[in-house]
Amino acid sequence: MRAAGRSPLVSHLLLLILCAIMLYPVLWWFGAVFKPLDELSSASLIPQHPTLKNFTEGWNAITNYSFGVFFGNTIALAASVVVVSLASCSLVAYGFARMNFPLKNFWFSIVLLTLMLPNQVTIVPQYILFDSFRWIDTYLPFIVPHALAGGIGGSFFVFLLVQFIRGIPKELDEAAKMDGCGSFKIYARIIVPLLVPALVTVSIFCFLWNWDDFFGHMIFIQSIGKFTVGQALKLFVDSQSAAPWGQLFAMSLLSILPGTILFFFTQRFLVEGIATTGLKG
Amino acid sequence: MRRKWRKHDVSMAGYLYIAPWLAGFFLLTVWPMIQSAYFSFTDYSLLESARWVGLRNFKQIFTDDASFVHSLKATLLFVVLSVPLKLAAALLIAIVLNKKLRGMHFYRAVIYFPSLIGASVAVAILWNNVFGINGLVNQLLSLFHVEGQNWIGTPSTALGTLIVLAVWQFGSSMVIFLAGLKQIPGEFYEAAAVDGAGRARTFFQVTLPLLSPIILFNLVLQTIGSFQMFTQAFIITKGGPVESTYMYALMLFDKAFAHFQMGYASALAWILLLIIAVVTALIFATSRAWVHYETEGR
Repeated sequence: MRAAGRSPLVSHLLLLILCAIMLYPVLWWFGAVFKPLDELSSASLIPQHPTLKNFTEGWNAITNYSFGVFFGNTIALAASVVVVSLASCSLVAYGFARMNFPLKNFWFSIVLLTLMLPNQVTIVPQYILFDSFRWIDTYLPFIVPHALAGGIGGSFFVFLLVQFIRGIPKELDEAAKMDGCGSFKIYARIIVPLLVPALVTVSIFCFLWNWDDFFGHMIFIQSIGKFTVGQALKLFVDSQSAAPWGQLFAMSLLSILPGTILFFFTQRFLVEGIATTGLKG
Repeated sequence: MRRKWRKHDVSMAGYLYIAPWLAGFFLLTVWPMIQSAYFSFTDYSLLESARWVGLRNFKQIFTDDASFVHSLKATLLFVVLSVPLKLAAALLIAIVLNKKLRGMHFYRAVIYFPSLIGASVAVAILWNNVFGINGLVNQLLSLFHVEGQNWIGTPSTALGTLIVLAVWQFGSSMVIFLAGLKQIPGEFYEAAAVDGAGRARTFFQVTLPLLSPIILFNLVLQTIGSFQMFTQAFIITKGGPVESTYMYALMLFDKAFAHFQMGYASALAWILLLIIAVVTALIFATSRAWVHYETEGR
């Protein structure tokens, strides 16, 4: 459709070069985790003498705790946050998309406004509040805000789900109403099943963003036994005078694996999701 | 009569559904913001109760805090350099990708991948090594017989490594641009072609104006996000050398959670909020001049 000046071959070539440059550090990283220490300063992607030592030694590099503990912690934290987010954000989104109540538009514009609010402004009082509840060093400072449709990405998820629900034909609601369904039944029986694709998108982003919420983890989680993977990696960096790069790389690579796997199984759908919600607003 | 009842019923039910959000908004946003505003006028160490000091925190920040000056400079530089570069890369690649190419999904996934992992501690650690003295960048430079250097340890280049990392993550903006490009009706390009417009003219007179609302959206989103950059600076440069990468969020974290100066940190937080609000307002104000909305009918 566009000026047919450039052949697809040139485009492919350009894109492949770009992809290679962008992925080079990551590919090098994949190779580096199998390299013995003396090979690490080589730019080559493929290890000469591959070894698994980086994984076996890195896994237990932090005294008393294996990385299994930190992975378990992060998964528990992120998974519980996802579950409560799905419930709260879908309910709130349903309220905004389908119910009529006074000041609805006002409240919805506030949702959009909080989307832009930097969390640095609330973090100090929140810390003090959670401290008074004795919630520091538990996962409640992450779970409770998400259960109230807040936390990392909360307003974004509400917005995304509202947009999605608006796309569901209202006739379905009307028909269910005729059959005597109340609003909650419509939510549970009609909207939620149709909302599954959007809920998957929300789950993945919620999982990823909470997995990477290093700032929050640093502030609210204090004992090593409860550390997330990100905190453990930081501890690992700090605990050694000369960084054991091979082991660090190996554990770092493992830490991005869950997100990466999730992404590659759902990428089409996910990238489509970001694109449309970024726009339909 | 019955109708009225039902209407009333529905309105109450609506509030039931948004109740979790409302509760969270008042408890975890409004109340903390009020408290934060109050703390900013106090001396508060958590151990003792807050003591009112009037404008002292603000006075000190603006007149007697070299770190604040360094931090503001580093943060503004980071925002001003990384955001336009990121958006330019995103737009350029989106245009290249906006064709019926085979393997589109593959390219899009690969280019998006850095955005997916970029915020993690893992990538920060990788970056720390890649730009280190024996790192990948210097190895590659030595292939071309160029003398490498300690990119992270040198004040003039440290911020650059963080900017490169930020620009590397242009994929998320690109995806949004791509979706915008797909919504531009083909007739516009056909009309441009009929008028004999070349590729450059088509870009500047068709693509850019029609995409401008999305450029605005991405610009605002990325600007707000960049002001809050934390993890990478915390891990890669630790704010140094000589505070050349002491990002605002890092300074705030230090003041609040390393020195427990909660009042001072609250004042810093409000200044950040005001800066972000002013910058966002400026972007919106200028957008009248460069954002083209189809409904205006130019």
